[in-house]
Amino acid sequence: MIAYLGRRLVQSALILLGVSIITFALLYLLPADPVRQIAGRSATPETVENIRRQLGLDQPFFVQYWRYLLNLLSGDLGRSYIQRSQVSELIVSRLPASLLLMLGAIACELAIGLTMGIVAAVKRGSATDQALMVGSFVGVSAPQFVVGLLLLYVFAVRLGWFPIGGYGTWRHLVLPSLTLGVLGAGWYSRMMRSSMIDVLRQDYMRTARAKGLARGTILFRHALPNAILPVIAMIGIDVGIFMGGIVVVESVFGWPGIGQLAWQAIQRVDIPIIMGVTLVSACAIVLGNLLADIVAPFIDPRIKLR
Amino acid sequence: MTAAPILTVSNLTVSVRGEEGEREVVSDLSFALQSGETLCIVGESGSGKSMTSLAIMALLPRPAARIKSGTIRLGDTELTALDEGRMRRIRGDRIAMIFQEPMTSLNPVLTIGRQLMEAIEAHTALPRNEARRKAIEALNAVRIPAAESRLKQYPHELSGGMRQRVMIAMALALQPDVLIADEPTTALDVTVQGEVLELLRDLQRENGTSVILITHDMGVVAEMADRVIIMRHGRMVETGRALDIFARPRADYTRELLAAVPRIGKGREGGAAGGATGFSSQPETSRNVAEVRDLHVRFDLHGGFFGRVDRRVHAVEGVSFSIAPGETLSLVGESGCGKSTTAKAIAGLVPYTGGIAINGRDLASLGAAGRKAARRDVQMIFQDPYASLDPRMRVGDLVAEPLVIHRIGDSDERQARVAALFERVGLSPEHMDRYPHEFSGGQRQRICIARALALRPKLIVADESVSALDVSVQARVLRLLKDLQREFGVAYLFISHDMAVVENISDRVAVMYLGQIVEMGTRDQVFSSPGHPYTKRLIEAVPVPEPALRRVRFARLDSEIPSAVRRVGDAPPKLRLQDIGGGHLVAA
Repeated sequence: MIAYLGRRLVQSALILLGVSIITFALLYLLPADPVRQIAGRSATPETVENIRRQLGLDQPFFVQYWRYLLNLLSGDLGRSYIQRSQVSELIVSRLPASLLLMLGAIACELAIGLTMGIVAAVKRGSATDQALMVGSFVGVSAPQFVVGLLLLYVFAVRLGWFPIGGYGTWRHLVLPSLTLGVLGAGWYSRMMRSSMIDVLRQDYMRTARAKGLARGTILFRHALPNAILPVIAMIGIDVGIFMGGIVVVESVFGWPGIGQLAWQAIQRVDIPIIMGVTLVSACAIVLGNLLADIVAPFIDPRIKLR
Repeated sequence: MTAAPILTVSNLTVSVRGEEGEREVVSDLSFALQSGETLCIVGESGSGKSMTSLAIMALLPRPAARIKSGTIRLGDTELTALDEGRMRRIRGDRIAMIFQEPMTSLNPVLTIGRQLMEAIEAHTALPRNEARRKAIEALNAVRIPAAESRLKQYPHELSGGMRQRVMIAMALALQPDVLIADEPTTALDVTVQGEVLELLRDLQRENGTSVILITHDMGVVAEMADRVIIMRHGRMVETGRALDIFARPRADYTRELLAAVPRIGKGREGGAAGGATGFSSQPETSRNVAEVRDLHVRFDLHGGFFGRVDRRVHAVEGVSFSIAPGETLSLVGESGCGKSTTAKAIAGLVPYTGGIAINGRDLASLGAAGRKAARRDVQMIFQDPYASLDPRMRVGDLVAEPLVIHRIGDSDERQARVAALFERVGLSPEHMDRYPHEFSGGQRQRICIARALALRPKLIVADESVSALDVSVQARVLRLLKDLQREFGVAYLFISHDMAVVENISDRVAVMYLGQIVEMGTRDQVFSSPGHPYTKRLIEAVPVPEPALRRVRFARLDSEIPSAVRRVGDAPPKLRLQDIGGGHLVAA
């Protein structure tokens, strides 16, 4: 187990290194000039060159990257070009909001997706099954900004159950989590349905029935742990999808997380922030996958981590 | 027999709704099960025997299958009238069931203890520790060693035989009135089958349980049954006391069934196999179609921080044999003994060390093209005719495919050759345009045989090729294999776990245990005077289809075959084979 964790962490570090090189290179190749953004339209060419030298942006690519990497290894993500404050501080101050949103979204998609999937599998072929699967299809295919605006209109504007935007109470959390979760719920309900149908066909389910167990015991103790495995692996991958979704959803609901930070930074070519947010997201994805792999053996004893 | 029967089935009809409407799979079946007796329901696939057992348990796959008419009475209770809730209280408590597949019948994510205890707790109000005590008791009753420590184990940590014992323990923990065993030993090795049958008989004697045993194996019937029901196409063909059925079968079908059963001792009298008489036991001709010298196949297992190889599966350990033209050599042994891996190495499907020569050419010395050419001489027939034919290809194309791969003939020639092959294996050339699902299991195996013959190979490796077939079909396929051998002079490497079939078809026999050959000789040498204790055990374990010859006791080991997985550098000791006369080799 410790050997496994060690190996996985080394792998993770290599992945993050790769992500940092690729992102850095992409931002370097970008036609937009960050110095122009900082200096403003009326700046003289000398000022522009001055700033460029100050930021080290006149150096060749590999020198720039090497410098960034050395700083990164000592925990320094650099300073924002625009806001002039430490990127790490900016991210740390906004990370809790984003994590909270992500937890809310995972809770939503699991609650909705698994329930839909289980019900559909048990009532396979019925009208309920078909209705649920149409619902999941809509969930999967609806763009998040549309879902977000729709939920806002219905539950915030018309019904007034939840606030229109902002951050602070659990009421603020509901609509953004739901918006983010609907997509995942659609996926999960489909996965859970097919996984569950597969498990219900297994010989050990017949054994469970032959023992005279109650329906609930059969479903939740015998079928669910077997059926949920592929879904758990999916949650790890999902973290990556969330990172994309968060940028949209945080903007729609004015949620003060790193998604909004990233959005503002992209508009102003604030390279250190973009780099920082990308690396933090990559970290989250890598850790999410690692966590999913670590949890799996606790559910299925046949899985051994090597 | 005067007491009231414990279970009475009257005029039971079960139907299944399919695409072509409703079809009866059990028709008008009536029987009564007396207290303490063993009733065997015998039939080939599709006879409705399993549907009958599922109907009694109210476990029919719904909504497709249903009881159309008839009654099932357990004592005074009419089971067909019960709702699901009340039926649930009967299942596992008064009628228990064990199934064919011990490998998949236990839930992989729950411990043995959990699964045993929940069976007990579902029907009693015992406190946890009492249920636990009862679970240990049940495991002890089925002679599982170290019962208490097994409670914490998961199913995948136990062998097939041990899992089936756990299933039996689970079924008998609450001492049900009726135990339904649906092919309980079909998926088990023959020595394990012997042990499990013995165990079932002991437990029945101790508890007085009535047993319905569903099987296709006449040997098992002879071993276990008090009374027998023979079923075919959902109908009862014949019923009676086991002794009578075997001694004086009345229905034609019963006679056919009994005649088709391969029996040890019978194959030799027939003397039908190829040119059995012409061979000494160790043919040393240079024209051997296959020469295997000191074959090793090992699979690496990875572990540790850098995923280094730390253990190996020693699947095949220093196996040597040769096969002469037109000869049948059988490799027998139980699961995990390395017989299939040996076959795969010869067919070039797994990497190996050691020497394999086909037609005098050592494969290792040949280039890729040479190996491909040599491979033409070796073809394979696999166990499962349902899984070894691509469902999306026409069967004619499947049989022609080897010719296409080796670029033989043009399209018309190939067509003609395939048509001839179809006719030869007993199928009509008109069937060439059909797809595999339109054929029965036996027909599919014929297609596989035709495919193997397409390249006119010198050697056909038949890996458990008749194991999945019903006995009557099995007998016909075996006859076809023998005829083809006479006609084409092809040699067979016949891999099987079934001693009776092996005796029927072989010229020579090699017995494998844990990756090594422990005994090798002519068929008569091995079957008449087996020299190795393991060979004796294998032969002894085969149930004899003759109730009068029912063996008194089968020595039970209650232990497991050691593992073939070993640490790196810890190779198993090599067995030395000694000639005990006439080329009959036995491990010292």
